[in-house]
Amino acid sequence: MTETKNAPFLEINDLKVEYFTKESVVHAVNGVTLTLEKGKTLGLVGETGAGKTTVAKSILRILPDVGARIVGGEIKLEGRDLLKSSEAEMRQIRGKRISMIFQDPMTALNPVQRVGDQIAEVIALHSNESAEAVRKRAEDMLEMVNIPRERYSEYPHQFSGGMKQRVVIAIALACNPELLLADEPTTALDVTIQAQVLRLIAQLRDKLGTSMMLITHDMGVVATHCDTVAVVYAGSVVEYGTKEQVFDHPTHPYTIGLFGAIPNMNVDERWLHPIEGLPPDPSHLPTGCAFHPRCKYATEACRTGEVPTVITPDGHQCRCHNTDAVLKGEGK
Amino acid sequence: MTEYQMKASLNQGKVRKSSEFLRVLKQLSYNKIAMFGLILFILELVLCLLSPVIAPYDYAAMDVIHMNETPSAAHWFGTDDLGRDILTRILFGGRYSITMSLLSVVVSLIFGVVIGSVAGYFGGWVDNVIMRILDIIQSLPGMLLTIVVSAALGNGYLNTVMALSVNGIPAQARMLRAQMMRVRGSEYVEAAQSINCSQVRIIAKHLFPNSFSPLIVQASMAIANRITMCSSLSFLGLGVQPPAPEWGAMLSGARQYIRDYPHMVIFPGLAIAVTVLALNLMGDGLRDALDPRLKR
Repeated sequence: MTETKNAPFLEINDLKVEYFTKESVVHAVNGVTLTLEKGKTLGLVGETGAGKTTVAKSILRILPDVGARIVGGEIKLEGRDLLKSSEAEMRQIRGKRISMIFQDPMTALNPVQRVGDQIAEVIALHSNESAEAVRKRAEDMLEMVNIPRERYSEYPHQFSGGMKQRVVIAIALACNPELLLADEPTTALDVTIQAQVLRLIAQLRDKLGTSMMLITHDMGVVATHCDTVAVVYAGSVVEYGTKEQVFDHPTHPYTIGLFGAIPNMNVDERWLHPIEGLPPDPSHLPTGCAFHPRCKYATEACRTGEVPTVITPDGHQCRCHNTDAVLKGEGK
Repeated sequence: MTEYQMKASLNQGKVRKSSEFLRVLKQLSYNKIAMFGLILFILELVLCLLSPVIAPYDYAAMDVIHMNETPSAAHWFGTDDLGRDILTRILFGGRYSITMSLLSVVVSLIFGVVIGSVAGYFGGWVDNVIMRILDIIQSLPGMLLTIVVSAALGNGYLNTVMALSVNGIPAQARMLRAQMMRVRGSEYVEAAQSINCSQVRIIAKHLFPNSFSPLIVQASMAIANRITMCSSLSFLGLGVQPPAPEWGAMLSGARQYIRDYPHMVIFPGLAIAVTVLALNLMGDGLRDALDPRLKR
């Protein structure tokens, strides 16, 4: 095992996912390629609807049976392709090796089941321990997320939003997963609770040595918690590198736009600087580069054909025709 | 002692299943109106079950001298057109009316829950096929369907229960399906999938408890409906056969005397009304008690 230690723990190659209805096909994920090393945290950043959650659900294979299909690609967990695994194999993985923290703690807990039982459920599903032992472990998990174990028998409505999210985290971490998929874990919480929850996730991650995929649209969260960053736009990764590379030398026009949209706290700014235009309709993606209608660097080449992935001068990946022009700032 | 510690000491050593049941019971006990309904219903049930012991007369004994008597000390509820004691007949009749309607509701609940769960969870073509079959059943007038089934199966206690049940299945299944579809998209169902719950477990532990409370109320109301349906069957000569007393049969038998001897109609009618009222009050309270979100 020692020599494979630095081999990718999770490897996603050219993943393509579609949602389809009778009328249209929604191209949610269009060729995402990512790797995640053991113990590291990957940030997946992008707008609402960019396909971030779909990537996470594809890893667990919990996309809806009706209306969604994985068209191509592979998701390798320590070399084994999850997309080709049988349902029985997936059952050994879900909740045990890979688990997920859901976006909205208000709805991610079953309102009529005791919170403790919901934690115990995942433990019971993945172990053969006695009911008392399972209960004990569930109580320990509650304490681990700073909730008194006496509250085991309470219902989700008796908990505050932050506490509910901590319960969700406890459920996700109950079986010491190797990979944690955190799908916007703080979006539904207010700012102070956000910091608490993120700190808790980071602490537990470090304590348990879990790898994490953190889905967010908050650049600040990425800056504090991630090792590598992938910027997702319209279902594909447009820029991918270490946090330092992406933050210090953003190369894709979209990433630059994202950073430009963060208001400068030192100047009294009257207006925010949004990226012009709207994200494309994923059922009618523009040809060529999906970002070209909004891009001020767009050239004729951007409108048709495949966009190459180039390596930028500092060594990270960027999917753009005109990185040279972008880096020189030669926009229209 | 803090509040937590107190709660913890209360919770210690309790067996899980019974504590859930006790909780519902305790919750129900807070609701005075529901308790009234529950006690009224239990009282009725006990009286009816004890009828061979406590009834003052034989339910089929005719007494020509005391025909059509209004209530008196000897006959509290009076006598009917054949001189039979109405109180006795109501007590005995309750054994048929209450148990038959209860049983038929239970049977249709069981079928309705299974069919509704499957349709609601799986959706797609499974749902389509099931719903179209239910459409066919529901397109027949309910009473007609009951009569047809009853006529086909023949008389008798269990056959009549089955006939009464068939009609209720589609409504129960539909209601559960609609509730399940609402709950199905919830994030906690996805969360349950992500921790590797099987489909059966998701239906039983996550979907069903979140969607069945309207069924309880519907079922408690349905019992009332079944009592009247049961009596309609008796009236047509199906279902319970004379001289066995049955509230509906007593009502329809006494119809022709309603102008001269209204007590013959009033007392069986009252029995039905009181039962229905008790069940409805109880059903309402039960729904609230079963839902932990409404806990005070």
